[in-house]
Amino acid sequence: MADRYTELINSPVGRIVAKQLGLPSPIPLRRWRAGQRVVEGRVLLGGAPGGRLAGPVAQVLAAIGAETATPLREDLRAAAAAAGLDAGPWTPAAAEAQRYGALVFDATGIADPAQLAELRAFFQPTVRRVERCGRVVVLGTTPEAARTPAERIAQRALEGFTRSVGKELKGGATAQLVYVEPGAEGNLEATLRFLLSPRSAYVDGQVVRIGADVGDGVPEGLDWERPLAGKVALVTGASRGIGAAIASTLARDGAHVVGLDVPALADDLDAVVRALGGSSIAIDITDADAPRTIATTLRRAHGGVDVVVHNAGITRDKTLGRMDEDRWNAVIDVNLRAVQRITDALLAGRRPVLNAGGRIVCVSSISGIAGNVGQTNYAASKAGVIGLVDAYAPLLAQRRATINAVAPGFIETQMTARIPFATREAGRRMNSLKQGGLPVDVAEAIAWFASPGSGGVTGNVVRVCGQSLLGA
Amino acid sequence: MTAGPRRVAVLGGNRIPFARSNSVYANASNQDMLQAALDGLVARFNLEGERLGEVVAGAVLKHSRDFNLTRETVLGSRLAPETPAYDLQQACGTGLQAINLVAAKIALGQIDAGVAGGVDTTSDAPLAVNDDLRRILIEANTKKTVQDKLKTLLKVRPQHLVPAIPRNEEPRTGLSMGGHTALTAAEWGITREAQDELTLNSHRNLAAAYERGFYDDLVTPYLGLERDQNLRPDTSLEKLGKLKPVFGGRDGTMTAGNSTPLSDGASTVLLASEEWARDHDLPVLAYFVDAETAAVDYVTGHEGLLMAPAYAVPRLLARNGLTLQDFDFYEIHEAFAAQVLATLKAWEDPAFCQRLGLDRPLGSIDRDKLNVNGGSLAAGHPFAATGGRIVAGLAKALHERGGGRGLVSVCAAGGLGVVAILEGPNG
Repeated sequence: MADRYTELINSPVGRIVAKQLGLPSPIPLRRWRAGQRVVEGRVLLGGAPGGRLAGPVAQVLAAIGAETATPLREDLRAAAAAAGLDAGPWTPAAAEAQRYGALVFDATGIADPAQLAELRAFFQPTVRRVERCGRVVVLGTTPEAARTPAERIAQRALEGFTRSVGKELKGGATAQLVYVEPGAEGNLEATLRFLLSPRSAYVDGQVVRIGADVGDGVPEGLDWERPLAGKVALVTGASRGIGAAIASTLARDGAHVVGLDVPALADDLDAVVRALGGSSIAIDITDADAPRTIATTLRRAHGGVDVVVHNAGITRDKTLGRMDEDRWNAVIDVNLRAVQRITDALLAGRRPVLNAGGRIVCVSSISGIAGNVGQTNYAASKAGVIGLVDAYAPLLAQRRATINAVAPGFIETQMTARIPFATREAGRRMNSLKQGGLPVDVAEAIAWFASPGSGGVTGNVVRVCGQSLLGA
Repeated sequence: MTAGPRRVAVLGGNRIPFARSNSVYANASNQDMLQAALDGLVARFNLEGERLGEVVAGAVLKHSRDFNLTRETVLGSRLAPETPAYDLQQACGTGLQAINLVAAKIALGQIDAGVAGGVDTTSDAPLAVNDDLRRILIEANTKKTVQDKLKTLLKVRPQHLVPAIPRNEEPRTGLSMGGHTALTAAEWGITREAQDELTLNSHRNLAAAYERGFYDDLVTPYLGLERDQNLRPDTSLEKLGKLKPVFGGRDGTMTAGNSTPLSDGASTVLLASEEWARDHDLPVLAYFVDAETAAVDYVTGHEGLLMAPAYAVPRLLARNGLTLQDFDFYEIHEAFAAQVLATLKAWEDPAFCQRLGLDRPLGSIDRDKLNVNGGSLAAGHPFAATGGRIVAGLAKALHERGGGRGLVSVCAAGGLGVVAILEGPNG
């Protein structure tokens, strides 16, 4: 699946040439395959003294059967033992050959900028021990929830640190920051499973916020291999590209997928959903009565919907001076207004079509975050989607539902294949992983948001961009 | 068949002083040394002409001609030639496992008395014929005519004359035992200072034990050597601190001082049922209560090569309803100071003990009870002879104390560990 440059660079000759010329040298990212372990390689769990997450993280690591180690500090060792985690010991003197598939650091104990030194102390001797396609996850306290100004400053500082680690890591390894609100310590599992596994292959340098579960927490006995079993998932724009990948990923996770696309693409759509054992709705979402039709269909045919993925989107690029009204309106209508109208329709009434514990996932874009030449319309719509997430998160929380967005960067699709060569190459390489992502990378992030285990994850915008240089 | 297992008495032991490799025992064979130790035992306990239940011993480094080493030693000794014998090999666990097997047969009533021992020489190491040369020689042997034999032998090249030297490394990892222990030491953060301190105590304790005559009835001089040759009564932290690291690279913490040297020597222990001891008018020094053998997966790097005793001990404690603190003596074989310290640290570690299935750590031990009469770092470590040295010394210490309980722990190559409990005559 690697692009041709990546293939070339990873050939014996290509490696030499790349090194001599200082060319970016992407490596093929490891991606999830059924039956795989959640995390490859040993996990090293560290933390600043006084942290509150070592125990909960240890419980997750024990649950996923990860091989682990911790530094020889009594609190960490005791936390591991209490979680039933078989953790080996680690000291910085450990042999160089001792490498790790993941470094997980609980930074919640850092209550003052001076204590940021704990980050250096842990990562300096370990960062070069991260294996190919390895993971770094830093856990902090949501700055707004800090008890003192010093703690808020220090916790906010984690962002700059983690994003820089992401840029320094090589060989397809990634770094993320997870802010955990006090009281939300028990809501880590779905997020850690995603971030530590190859499912998050193209997610890098991101900040995830975990808060109180909008519902009753992780359902008892949740099958993490098929978390969406028995759920109905609506995916708009499902006939091709990222939408088709989302549909098949949610189906893999057990959902009955209802694919939606415009009537012109009905045949493609039918082919996609038939292979997944799903259903289809061929409709133009900008039609005035589309939201009501969709809501009615979902209620009649499926008794409601559990997961809604607003993936359908279009581009009509022109610089602002040449932007005609039709281009502008088309993009805003499809990418933003339809999303809001459909969401409203699914939430309307005393018995809304969106079932309790529902999950809404929008697709934004790094253009919406960073802006882009020729995309004033598109970027406005995609930034608007972020506003929609912000606005609806509290409303949905009252209904025990979540709403989040993914913001894809350069993803290898038919759409990006049409970009002129030079622009395309620049887009592909200008990120920490030096390559474009795949539709499945976006789909995996959506599947994480859609999981019944992700009740503590709402109002997030997570980019799937390989830590693109564009945007924050 | 006797009803129920019998108590197994340790009546005493005898060994020759341990020598450093290629030194005073350079020309002594395994059989020479084992026989010297066994004859000393026979003399001490008036066993001349006695037919014992059996003699079990072994050596880690053994010539192929020594396939019946122990039986040959018995035949050369003053024991009755009707005393059966067999060889045993379990790396550095050989000595303690031999004791365990003799004890088990006594407990079951299969035999009434026996000798267990071990011997090793690194001076007379079994150099083997180069594998290529061996094949050519075997092939030549199968030829029928002289002409064909000569033709085959003409394949011999100068490089075939280089012998195959036994190497002190794990076949599956290619790492030496010291190399493996350096990994464990680094993992558990064992400092150079702590290792040197343990080493100093080993030398001090052994020297003091010799001074007060503790070893007078445990050691028989051999080839002019009266005490263990490696013993440095005047060593100090300063002297030990000057030694360069030999394992773990430039920043390593393991030196020639805090690692055991290659050594030569032999040891034996006399075990019997209480009836046999009474009939022979021999006092019981201690009872061999129970033993446990464990093995760990060091190949995948999941566990350290020499960490098996850390697994064996909790199993042994659980079976006997004891805690780690219920002992008056701890005899932990000092293959490397780092091995002992990593084991002790592991037992104090909650996460490690959780791996063992324990609710809480085994905890720490009173270090004043550790290897009180010296350990392998001072005495040296002729692989198979160490178990006998430890058990005989511990039995005597328990007897002197008038009772109490002792724990023996011996780590071995291949990720093995043998541990045992001894109790004094009055419990």
